[in-house]
Amino acid sequence: MARKKDFHPVAATANDLRSGAVVYREPGGGWGPDLRRAEIAESPEAAERLLAQAKADHDACLVVEPVLIEIAAGRAIALRERIRDTGPTVGPAHS
Amino acid sequence: MPDDAPIFRDGTFHADAWTLIEDDAPLPPSGDIAVGKTRFLAEIQALRARNGSIGVVLNPGEDLDGIVEHLDRITLVALRFTKFSDGRPYSVARLLRDRHGYRGELRATGDVLRDQLVFLMRAGFDSLHVSHAGTREALRKGSVIAVRYHYQPASAEARETAGPVSPWRRRSF
Amino acid sequence: MYRYDEFDHAFVRERVAEFRDQVARRLSGELTEEQFKPLRLMNGVYLQLHAYMLRIAIPYGTLSSRQLRRLAHIGRVYDKGSGHFTTRQNLQFNWIKLADVPQILEELAGVEMHAIQTSGNCIRNVTADHFAGAAADEVADPRIYAEILRQWSSLHPEFSFLPRKFKLAVTAAPHDRAAVQVHDIGLHMKVNEKGERGFAVWVGGGQGRTPMVAKKVRDFLPEADLLSYCEAILRLYNLEGRRDNKYKARIKILVHEMGEEEVTRAIEAEFAQLQGKALTVPAPEIDRIAHYFALPALEALPARSEYYESARSLDPLLALFARRNVHAHKVPGYGIVTISLKPIGQPPGDATSEQMEAIADLAERFSSDEIRVSHEQNLVLPHVKLDDIPVVFAQLQKIGLGMPNAGFVTDIIACPGLDFCSLANARSIPIAQRLSKRFQDLDRQTQIGDLKIKISGCINACGHHHVGHIGVLGVDRKGEEFYQLTLGGSGDETCSIGEIVGPGFSSDQVVDAVETLVDTYLKLRTSPEEPFLSAYRRLGQAPFKEALYAR
Repeated sequence: MARKKDFHPVAATANDLRSGAVVYREPGGGWGPDLRRAEIAESPEAAERLLAQAKADHDACLVVEPVLIEIAAGRAIALRERIRDTGPTVGPAHS
Repeated sequence: MPDDAPIFRDGTFHADAWTLIEDDAPLPPSGDIAVGKTRFLAEIQALRARNGSIGVVLNPGEDLDGIVEHLDRITLVALRFTKFSDGRPYSVARLLRDRHGYRGELRATGDVLRDQLVFLMRAGFDSLHVSHAGTREALRKGSVIAVRYHYQPASAEARETAGPVSPWRRRSF
Repeated sequence: MYRYDEFDHAFVRERVAEFRDQVARRLSGELTEEQFKPLRLMNGVYLQLHAYMLRIAIPYGTLSSRQLRRLAHIGRVYDKGSGHFTTRQNLQFNWIKLADVPQILEELAGVEMHAIQTSGNCIRNVTADHFAGAAADEVADPRIYAEILRQWSSLHPEFSFLPRKFKLAVTAAPHDRAAVQVHDIGLHMKVNEKGERGFAVWVGGGQGRTPMVAKKVRDFLPEADLLSYCEAILRLYNLEGRRDNKYKARIKILVHEMGEEEVTRAIEAEFAQLQGKALTVPAPEIDRIAHYFALPALEALPARSEYYESARSLDPLLALFARRNVHAHKVPGYGIVTISLKPIGQPPGDATSEQMEAIADLAERFSSDEIRVSHEQNLVLPHVKLDDIPVVFAQLQKIGLGMPNAGFVTDIIACPGLDFCSLANARSIPIAQRLSKRFQDLDRQTQIGDLKIKISGCINACGHHHVGHIGVLGVDRKGEEFYQLTLGGSGDETCSIGEIVGPGFSSDQVVDAVETLVDTYLKLRTSPEEPFLSAYRRLGQAPFKEALYAR
């Protein structure tokens, strides 16, 4: 992972263990599907805490593969995370 | 669950009758001892001369060169699983049983889990050193759910029933 | 096709029960994710971007209508109503819940299907020529041997924790439709001077990060030695394959590092110990399995169907369909029909549950109840009377799958890519859709002729781009999707890995770039009879490179 000079605010995302759905860690400590309601860590220390909490939730068998993702203006920065947020950019096969 | 009975063999847990001697510790004059491969090769004469059974412990990646010729005097081969997903010991087990006719105790040690139980038994292991609590519990209760129908011959032929129809079908019940 | 007996049913039932127990222990926390992950992979359950993905095994790509209907039902009930046929002849559902998987597996077991070993570091689905059993040019039905290998490799106690995945393919005609030379083990069936059946054995082919064409380690392996020989190869791989680096763990790396001579020697040495023993395939066993693949009872018909010929002359679309999507059948009066799952502008290889059910009906009525899945993400109706092709074509058109573009430029292979896959660097489906639209004109497609475009969204090459005549590889360049083009790849018996043509292209530019390549070909070919691949092999890269990059 490249070391960044500037810290970007981050959210914690994972997939729900049972359903596999994309979820984001919310300020109350729960996980929900809406990035807009996610807890945003605004400092490196807050990010470390958020990741630790996410990993604890992984160990508690709530979620799988928790990671921190960079957020700007309420949206994920990385294309992959934008797709996880809003869904595939292609529709399903037509009938 | 007592730690002094870590060896699962013949359907129950037993105390470990063997002592693993570290590379730098002296060989005790008597008793059943097991050593690593390097030490085994270096001190085979001393091992054969002493009073007590000989065992050897192999790590993944260590082959049977230098060991095969002494199999007549070895009564324990322990193959270590550093990670359950490193499957090299399965091949070594099969070579021991099928290629070299080894009939002594063949023990799986290290990362031994219930979900590999059937593979281990079929590959020729007849004893398991189990430290994982959930696995010990499941073995103790006999509650391991696994597939008992098989499509290939393996090294546990004596414990399996053949057929029907295809030459390689086996049942382990 | 193979039919389960009691033993086979019991095996799958117990596997379902085992996995149900494993899921329960995972959900209760008794199993960690690290312990569970290899177990769920061995049952085809991936965690992808949006959900779990379930990859269902379709052994050597053969399905009955009943099975296809069950897949349609599963897609409807447990997914979003469509599935994706893969480059290894399997089916993927993208929106699966882990908690539902045991139930899905139970429903699959009811129609003799499963998801065993479709993922994980074990032996995967053994693929075969999708025209098997119907093509006139085959020596024998390769699925017989694929089935023997499938059984042998199922929950093999020694080979379930390999350094990495292991893929086998079997083909039995001089023209290789199964891409055996880019598989870990490729088996090309042949007959020797004495009339005995055997295989040329290829080892160490593969795509991904380091694409390699396999090495032929044995020119003729008698059919009876098939399992003994494969066991020797797998044992060598299990013991010696690298485990220190995921990207250097396939057998192709071992073959490369040992060298062809040494690896052949090692395989033959182990085989010598195994030959003639427990894994020898007795002739009665080959016959027993072969019976499952006997040709269905087909009517004796004249080679030429007047009705079909007349219908073709009246309907230009049907005429094109006949030329592109109908392959010669070994039985007179029949044809092998390819159902293109590449309608213009649609995600390649996808079918809705409704489409699957319609195809199941067609198979039942017109194709002796059999469907095939090709590794080029199309479906096949293997035994269709020429007389029936016009009505089959009409039905396909009704469900939006009548595109007569098999092997054309719009018959694109694409992996799911960054829209679905957690491994991807770039999206592949939108590129396929845009290319499809750009080239949609059928006259133009006809003019271009045979051209295989294959698109992968990352270096894992699940879209098989290395063996595309034009290959497209999606990469991440500073957070942007970027596409590298390769040229001259081929998966058939003239197997070659495509060559990178130069710097990559942005998403905006890549469709134009591909069009430039196509136009260059059209300009430089000796005649319409010289297909793209031949022209490229004659001309080399230079004129294409110049067309793309010269200012």
